[in-house]
Amino acid sequence: MAKVQGAVVVDKEGCKGCSLCVEACPHDVLALHKEVNSKGYHYSYMSNPDACIGCANCGVVCPDTCITIYRAKAS
Amino acid sequence: MELNVVTKPEEIMDIKEIIKPENLVYQKSELLNDDIMHYCPGCSHGVVHKILAELIDEMGLQEKTVGIAPVGCAVFAYNYIDIDWQEAAHGRAPAVATGVARVNPDNFVFTYQGDGDLASIGAAEIMHACNRGENILVIFINNGIYGMTGGQMAPTTLEGMVTATTPNGRNVDLNGYPMKITNLIAQLPGTSYVTRQAVHTAATARKCKRSLKKAIQNVLDKKGTSFVEVVSTCNSGWKMSPVEANKWMDENMIPYYPLGDLKDSVKGEHSEN
Amino acid sequence: MGELRLMKGNEVLAEAAIRCGCDGYFGYPITPQSEVMETLMARQPWNETGMTVLQAESEVASINMVYGAAATGKKVMTSSSSPGISLMAEGISYIAGAELPCLIVNVQRGGPGLGTIQPSQADYFQSVKGGGHGDYKMIVLAPASVQEMNDFVDLGFELAFKYRNPAMILADGAIGQMMEKVELADQKQRWTKEEILEMSSDWATTGKTANRKKNIVTSLEMDSDKMEENNRRFQEKYRKMEEEEVRYEAIQCDDAEFVIVAFGTSARVCQKAVEIARAKGLKVGLLRPITLFPFPKKAIQELARKAKGFLSVEMSAGQMVEDIKLSVYEAGSNARVNYFGRMGGLIPTPDEVVEALEEKFSWELSYGVKRSY
Repeated sequence: MAKVQGAVVVDKEGCKGCSLCVEACPHDVLALHKEVNSKGYHYSYMSNPDACIGCANCGVVCPDTCITIYRAKAS
Repeated sequence: MELNVVTKPEEIMDIKEIIKPENLVYQKSELLNDDIMHYCPGCSHGVVHKILAELIDEMGLQEKTVGIAPVGCAVFAYNYIDIDWQEAAHGRAPAVATGVARVNPDNFVFTYQGDGDLASIGAAEIMHACNRGENILVIFINNGIYGMTGGQMAPTTLEGMVTATTPNGRNVDLNGYPMKITNLIAQLPGTSYVTRQAVHTAATARKCKRSLKKAIQNVLDKKGTSFVEVVSTCNSGWKMSPVEANKWMDENMIPYYPLGDLKDSVKGEHSEN
Repeated sequence: MGELRLMKGNEVLAEAAIRCGCDGYFGYPITPQSEVMETLMARQPWNETGMTVLQAESEVASINMVYGAAATGKKVMTSSSSPGISLMAEGISYIAGAELPCLIVNVQRGGPGLGTIQPSQADYFQSVKGGGHGDYKMIVLAPASVQEMNDFVDLGFELAFKYRNPAMILADGAIGQMMEKVELADQKQRWTKEEILEMSSDWATTGKTANRKKNIVTSLEMDSDKMEENNRRFQEKYRKMEEEEVRYEAIQCDDAEFVIVAFGTSARVCQKAVEIARAKGLKVGLLRPITLFPFPKKAIQELARKAKGFLSVEMSAGQMVEDIKLSVYEAGSNARVNYFGRMGGLIPTPDEVVEALEEKFSWELSYGVKRSY
């Protein structure tokens, strides 16, 4: 069985900190950063990157389409 | 496909190894521009816009599509998706779409309307466009409130729901009942596919995309009007956080506006429900 | 010479629409203009030219269908009568604000409210001053014969596209219902997709192609500076119409001491009134505005240099008379401007007009000079 690992890239400036991606993540990969972007939003980031499986749930629910997702088979 | 989570530290890849073009699984559609949408954080509009842009792109429809934007929060929908757009007067999008579809039947024409626009001021236009079976797609965002004007009561506002114009909650004796307009639409023989979806979770959003794809295909196949309601949140209007709003929607909106297909046939056939 | 026929004004509107290559008609029945859509439906032009005809659920829907179809660069129109035009006012304002070309026909009936189904000219203000909300103008053509009902359909579309602005034919129930000889135009081809793209690809929503930016048809602009800029552009357009599109007919005005100003059905009556007055030895002429907006202000001002008085004859309580007064006042003339008219669906008779002229200008007629205030 292939082991996969994912990575989430959040467009920090596009994020409004709604945290829907945080809720949608099945493996608690994402969290809102304690810092804010230029608009004053606590943006989403991978607080636990190792747990990401690249399922794309976060991207699908993101209303601001600021999430790009990659997935690779772990070597 | 079953996915195994990598847990052993020695097996964890460097994140830079993963972020490579060949590993890309999800990105913004090319039809969505880089403007940051004017919607509030967590607003369902963004998700529906995104799904629509993805489908127009995936189905190769950019050159055929004319979108009709409503009056309401989605009035600026035309700023975000890279297709030709018209901005309609409040509630009139189905008439405007009719005009386009009748003189250019090869176009793919859709309206994108909220509950105030479609179910209140535009109730006549939506009923008659659907009754004529115009070959258009109607996307109906139902969040039970007027967002743009500051959270007033909509026809779909639930009983007891507090809005700016129902500060003590919607009183049906005073304000009438929450309107299930999609059920009325499903009765009209001009419609082919009538469904109620949501986008608040990844699963519902993926399902909504499949429904919208089917709806678009029906329009392309000239089967009549396709109507997709999306039960949505308005966390600003509801005065909740986006996450709380999703929960409230699950507990209150969806029981009254249950998700699923209401009609799946072709123009001219009456709904069974 | 084109084909000659004896036809009703309303039927001619339909026939002229088909023959000028109109792409679509959207309407709702209302007396006294229902024959327009009835004629179109009977003619089934979709089989012949591909023209779309649709009976909408309301005038509100009709005008918004026109908005949608006009925004694709096609030649589309609607027709209605006064109460229906009131319902369309919102849509017309949006069409003007979004700068879309289209043709709107108002076969007027008497108001206010449901009023009467008999002819009237009481929608003058509504037509020439805007009608809906915001600062906008329409080109308004006033036919005085069935022949002009025919001619102004093509002319209306031509002007609408020249300025990307709604144009209106302001007729009345009498012209809509009466039968006259009319010379019809030859059938013109509808514009092809390529022709539309060549003319309108910078604004029409025909589907975004790789070689151009997306087109957005809207009247909305949240930036006030930009919205003012839009308004300035509209006003410039309206001034250009005033410079270039004024149309009128002057009948026996050269030596006129008194000028009757009348349009449409009233002008037909006043033509006879001029004959009667002349037979009585009165030097009376008729100025018939053909465009109500732009108003033939300069023609009136020119006549005001010599004329002792103007009589506005209208099937209303006196609306155009205000524009005549403004024109005369701006010219610094002391010619007096009076009004005579009938309301409620009644048409003045030529004798009534002459009588009114003699009565209202009795001072000038007695002393033979202009009356100074």
